[in-house]
Amino acid sequence: MTMELDVFVGNTTIMDEEVYQLWLDGYTVNDAVRVRMDGGVMEECEASADVLLSDTMDQYRTFQMCERLLHSPSKLGNQLLFQIPPHRQAMLIERYYTFDDGFVREVLGKKLSKGTKKDLDDIGAKTGVTLKSCRRQFDNFKRVFKVVEELKGPLVENIHHHFLLSDKLARDYAAIVFFANNRFETGKRKLQYLTFQDFAFCAGQLISNWTVGAVDNMVEDMDVDLDKEFLQDLKELKVLINDKDLLDQHKSLVCTALRGKTNNLNEMETNFKNLSRGLVNIAAKLTNAKDVRDLFIDLVEKFIEPCRSDRWTSADVRLYLTHYNNSVHLLDTFKHQVVWNRYMDVVKSSINILHVRLDESEGLSCFMEKKKSQRWGSCSSCRSPHSLAPGQTGGGLRDLFWAPTQPGRQQPVGRTHRSGRRRSIRKKDSLIAARGGLPHL
Amino acid sequence: MPGKLKAKIVAGRHLPVMDRASDLTDAFVEVKFGNTTFKTDVCHKSLNPQWNSEWFKFEVDDEDLQDEPLQVTVLDHDTYSANDAIGKVYIDIDPLLCSEAASVISGWFPIYDTIHGIRGEINVLVKVELFNDLNRFRQSSCGVKFFCTASIPRCYRAVLVHGFVEELVVNEDPEYQWIDRIRTPRASNEARQRLISLMSGELQRKIGLKVLEMGGNAVVGYLQCFDLEGESGLVVRAIGTACTLDKLSSGSAPNTNTHMPVFGEDMTSTSGPPTPFRALPTTSSSLPPFSPSKPCSRQSSSSDTDLSLTPKTGKNTWVPFSHLQEFPFFTLTSFPPGFLVHVGGVVSARSVKLLDRIHNPDEPETRDAWWEEIRQEIKSHGKALGCHAVVGYSESTSICEEVCILSASGTAAILNPRYMREGCLDIGITDHRFEEPSPPSCGFCHIPYDELNMPFPAQLTYCYLCRRQKVPDVLFTTINLPAEAAVTGKGCLIQARLCRLKKKAQGEVNATAISNLLPFMEYELHTQLMNKLKLRSMNALFGLHIQISVGENMLLGLASATGVYLAALPPPGGIQIAGKTPGDLSAEHHILTIQKRINDTIAKNKELYQINPPELTEEVLGSPVPDSRQRSRLFRSHSESSDEVSELDLSHGKKDAFVLEIDDTDAVEDIHSLLTDAPTPTGFYSCNTEIMPGIYNWTSGVQMFTSVRVFRLSNANLTNQGLNKIFTDLCENLLKSFYFKLRSMIPCCLCQLNFTVAVPEEELIQVGGFRTSLVCNETEEQLQFPLELCADPSSANCQPASKASGKNSASVDYGSFADRCSTWLELLRLKAHTIRRGSVKTISSLERSSPLPEGRSRSLRSNRSFGGISVTVVKMTPLSFLPGTRIIKYLGIINMFFIRETTSLREEGGVSGFLHTFIAEVFSMVRAHVAALGGNAVVSYSMKECMLMENPNKNQAQCLINVSGDAVICVRETDQEPTPSTASI
Repeated sequence: MTMELDVFVGNTTIMDEEVYQLWLDGYTVNDAVRVRMDGGVMEECEASADVLLSDTMDQYRTFQMCERLLHSPSKLGNQLLFQIPPHRQAMLIERYYTFDDGFVREVLGKKLSKGTKKDLDDIGAKTGVTLKSCRRQFDNFKRVFKVVEELKGPLVENIHHHFLLSDKLARDYAAIVFFANNRFETGKRKLQYLTFQDFAFCAGQLISNWTVGAVDNMVEDMDVDLDKEFLQDLKELKVLINDKDLLDQHKSLVCTALRGKTNNLNEMETNFKNLSRGLVNIAAKLTNAKDVRDLFIDLVEKFIEPCRSDRWTSADVRLYLTHYNNSVHLLDTFKHQVVWNRYMDVVKSSINILHVRLDESEGLSCFMEKKKSQRWGSCSSCRSPHSLAPGQTGGGLRDLFWAPTQPGRQQPVGRTHRSGRRRSIRKKDSLIAARGGLPHL
Repeated sequence: MPGKLKAKIVAGRHLPVMDRASDLTDAFVEVKFGNTTFKTDVCHKSLNPQWNSEWFKFEVDDEDLQDEPLQVTVLDHDTYSANDAIGKVYIDIDPLLCSEAASVISGWFPIYDTIHGIRGEINVLVKVELFNDLNRFRQSSCGVKFFCTASIPRCYRAVLVHGFVEELVVNEDPEYQWIDRIRTPRASNEARQRLISLMSGELQRKIGLKVLEMGGNAVVGYLQCFDLEGESGLVVRAIGTACTLDKLSSGSAPNTNTHMPVFGEDMTSTSGPPTPFRALPTTSSSLPPFSPSKPCSRQSSSSDTDLSLTPKTGKNTWVPFSHLQEFPFFTLTSFPPGFLVHVGGVVSARSVKLLDRIHNPDEPETRDAWWEEIRQEIKSHGKALGCHAVVGYSESTSICEEVCILSASGTAAILNPRYMREGCLDIGITDHRFEEPSPPSCGFCHIPYDELNMPFPAQLTYCYLCRRQKVPDVLFTTINLPAEAAVTGKGCLIQARLCRLKKKAQGEVNATAISNLLPFMEYELHTQLMNKLKLRSMNALFGLHIQISVGENMLLGLASATGVYLAALPPPGGIQIAGKTPGDLSAEHHILTIQKRINDTIAKNKELYQINPPELTEEVLGSPVPDSRQRSRLFRSHSESSDEVSELDLSHGKKDAFVLEIDDTDAVEDIHSLLTDAPTPTGFYSCNTEIMPGIYNWTSGVQMFTSVRVFRLSNANLTNQGLNKIFTDLCENLLKSFYFKLRSMIPCCLCQLNFTVAVPEEELIQVGGFRTSLVCNETEEQLQFPLELCADPSSANCQPASKASGKNSASVDYGSFADRCSTWLELLRLKAHTIRRGSVKTISSLERSSPLPEGRSRSLRSNRSFGGISVTVVKMTPLSFLPGTRIIKYLGIINMFFIRETTSLREEGGVSGFLHTFIAEVFSMVRAHVAALGGNAVVSYSMKECMLMENPNKNQAQCLINVSGDAVICVRETDQEPTPSTASI
């Protein structure tokens, strides 16, 4: 029997975590009822479909009423409308701000603007996330972005304090905000194998080393904007490749250090100038906004791909980078040790993670299985490159790195085209432009 | 004369945006008391203004202090146009007028607007300086304590119970004044809210005066109701029991030197008049006075004759009352041991009145006379049962257009006269249980009427416990089960539901139709109750509440009670099915199957409720009691059926069997409906009394909830049967959804399940489409464990941990308080049934493992109280106590009335969304007021009224809610000393 009115209110607000999740996932009431029925709640406690429907409606209503408060979680703690035990409040907030990794991966580095919001249905369809849930997540990103961009102090702290999120989630949001602000390009095919967590790790590195906040911790946007002076200073590093003596000296130092520690010494030696030139050039170009955006692509193209083609293992890469970095300190004539360190700390860890991930994704696609538990460790089974069977999903990746002509060739054309469009949008969006956070195109 | 009221506006927070341009608000506050108004400065451009105003001082009469609420209005300053109201807070300052209650009101109050709901919060400080007034002719009654609790409040001792007090105030309803045509809905709602607040203040003051006159100092079981009569006015009426209470020094054990009443010898003198058929413990269906008096004209003559019959016999026993007052009524439902000597049975009276016949509607005389009439009737019923008092007394009305049904009911009883004279009622004594001549475990079941003069000894047996006195075979009462009663097995909720169609009519015709229907409804409800009781193999009903509500074209009856197997009463017989045509084979077969089903159900229920009374030998069963006519007295009292019944010999051996006859399809339906009551799922118990009979170990996890459902009847030509089915389904579904929602709290018990039905007004446009609304309020949910807590070593371990953490976190800080409650509860649940999972678990383990509870809980607290602002947890319960806690202070009565209206119903999520928000808002306002008084719980909470009017076509809805309860401070039972810090926050 359908009720004209059906309300159930408890003094302590009664919430079912399962229904909350369904609500967050954007299920309609009827779909949620179906899911719950399939979940076997009915058998568990002899309920009928009516009862389930009425319960679901009640809960949905409660959540809708709470949603307003969840937008500013600190209000939830001292509002009087709902009596919710603190651990429940924490759960509500945490879940509300939790996002789908697949979804965030799609919007990572994009501008959190209306334009992107219009594309949400496509993203939803692609990632299998309901539009409603996409909107919630997107709005969450935007809300966090808006609140923290005006604040002083460390980014993660600010998010943690204003949104009462767990440390982990606050860090993830810091990464999202950071990427959105600097508009790092993450959507390119070459970067597809990277998960959100990989980027979040890199973001953490960038925030703690390259931002204004890394040197001064009481300015606005300290963790959101890259340190302009530092970027300027990076130009000085060019001496490492331009000065022939220095380059040779560096090379010999690295090779000496590597001797006997790796099987790939030859390749390392032959590639040294090439790789070093790549890394230093990336550094020198970072004053340019466009090149900042392409940081990750550049790292892949200039360093990881050459390494891949020489079949370096992740251990090789790590070893090489360590010595490549350390040897610079032995160069007496090189005066920019501090800048170098600041630069290399990030590059080293980022390349490591990008390479490890590539290794893994190769290996995993090879075995057609996913093991998330091994995320942060290098995949032992994939230490050496595999010969991939043609036609497998991994083929795409292989094509990407071994094919002489890169499939992503047309991309730059599209990129220039799109950046042109973006510029026009950005003029309207005075908010971000006025912050000076984005280098001008 | 005077008192000085001081108020200070501290700050606001979460204010709504009133200025679209700046997204901010320029707020200021008006503080009004009586005719004096003060204003704060305007706090420009802030949603969290800090006014920190000076102390606004009002010098007023204490009479005004009692009547008027303090009005705090928050406004948005506008330079060019009129200031916009953000919302209001009404603060009842009554609790400050009593020295023993709260001393200051201080806290965050939700700012409430009747159109927009809660819009931010405001921090207010209120104090009162009261000067002593010894004027004999004063009109105020400051200092009289009011309690909604229908028993002697936990930290008091009753010195003397004075008896019944009642008062009634009438005023014109602002909704119906001419000015309402031109003022805004907001103004009209506020006028109404204010008026009702004023009226209930006045009512309380007047009752207080009566109490002072009687020499008492408190009113317990205070029951206040509103009758929105429409055109003829707005009535606020209240009843209560005047007492002289003594505060027990907090924490000390209750006094033990009380005189226990002497039973037995007194009995003969107190026995009632020889009125044979009244001797039924259940008078409801058989009493002629049930035929409600015709509107304004004919009184039920029978009650008058009764009165003339009895006064002499009854007189001497109620000396203590009679010189004090007219009606020996008590609104109490639980009593100190020994107070209640015998219980006769339920007495009730109903009367149908026409509101448009009131001569001068603005005066209370007519209504006073109406209630007087009803009370007289109740009194005479009580006397007919040989009782000198009526306990568990309550009054209610149901209004539809101009017709009004007044109802009153109670339980006829004999109270200990000695007790009354000496006035030493005390609580908490249980140790003399078996020393009495008539053991308290069965004494109250013994018949109060004179057995020798009873023409039908058939219904009486010797008490199964003491074997000395006679007991009836079934006992119906409106009171709670006495704590000392011996009960076998567990109790359960029993409900009888009934719908009766009536023709649409106007005025007198309508009233006559209704009054003609009433006795039949009562009879049927009673039969249903009796059948269901037998089906559950029980023999007594407690907390019986019969509600009959009237709609335009139907009457609804809902009777709820808690069934119990009283060890003192004889075991109930089975239910026998009889067919009218014995020759018909197929019919006989049909009857046999039904009979089998019934027998199975009885057996199953016995198991479910653990009713396994000790087998009694034939000898004990007692041959003095002839079982020739052991049929239900229901049938006997109704001449048309009694003959048929007596012809059949269907008794089960020696036990009396209850015969149900299948003579037409209706009867088949009835029997089917008997069997369709879904059993409560395992792990759940439900009852409508305070405590669940048969369950004694409670945990402190309490969850109060309110549920409202409205069902629109779609079919125009519905039959009585069809309606009954729908109504029953509605109730059953409601219960089912409770069980479902609370499944995570198993094992749990729903206590004080309070069902209310109403048939809201019907617009003429909806031809044939009727709306039935089932409003179910105040349901109390608790956890209990069948396991002995101490027997489980692991739970014994965790108890000290929570105890310790409870002790140190004396301030009722949100974080720690919630922690320790949830922890305790959670741990027990984990131990008892490992069914819980989720985040809570980690907290409990954290708490448990902490060797230093102090530091730990502090750190937890700081983690949780987001941003340093903590919100006090306020528990609400319709019970008079909180399990696992001890009430250390009563802070005063909470009596609030709210109106909410919307003109954007769809946008607020339809009626459901609207009401959901409103109820949540009401809860939050109650909590805020309690917290501001320094309390942490509301006991005896009830939602008296929840009236919803909607017009979906116009996108409008209006709802009125009235709630009441007692604000208290309670501490965990394990805590030794109440901490002073809780008193003043």
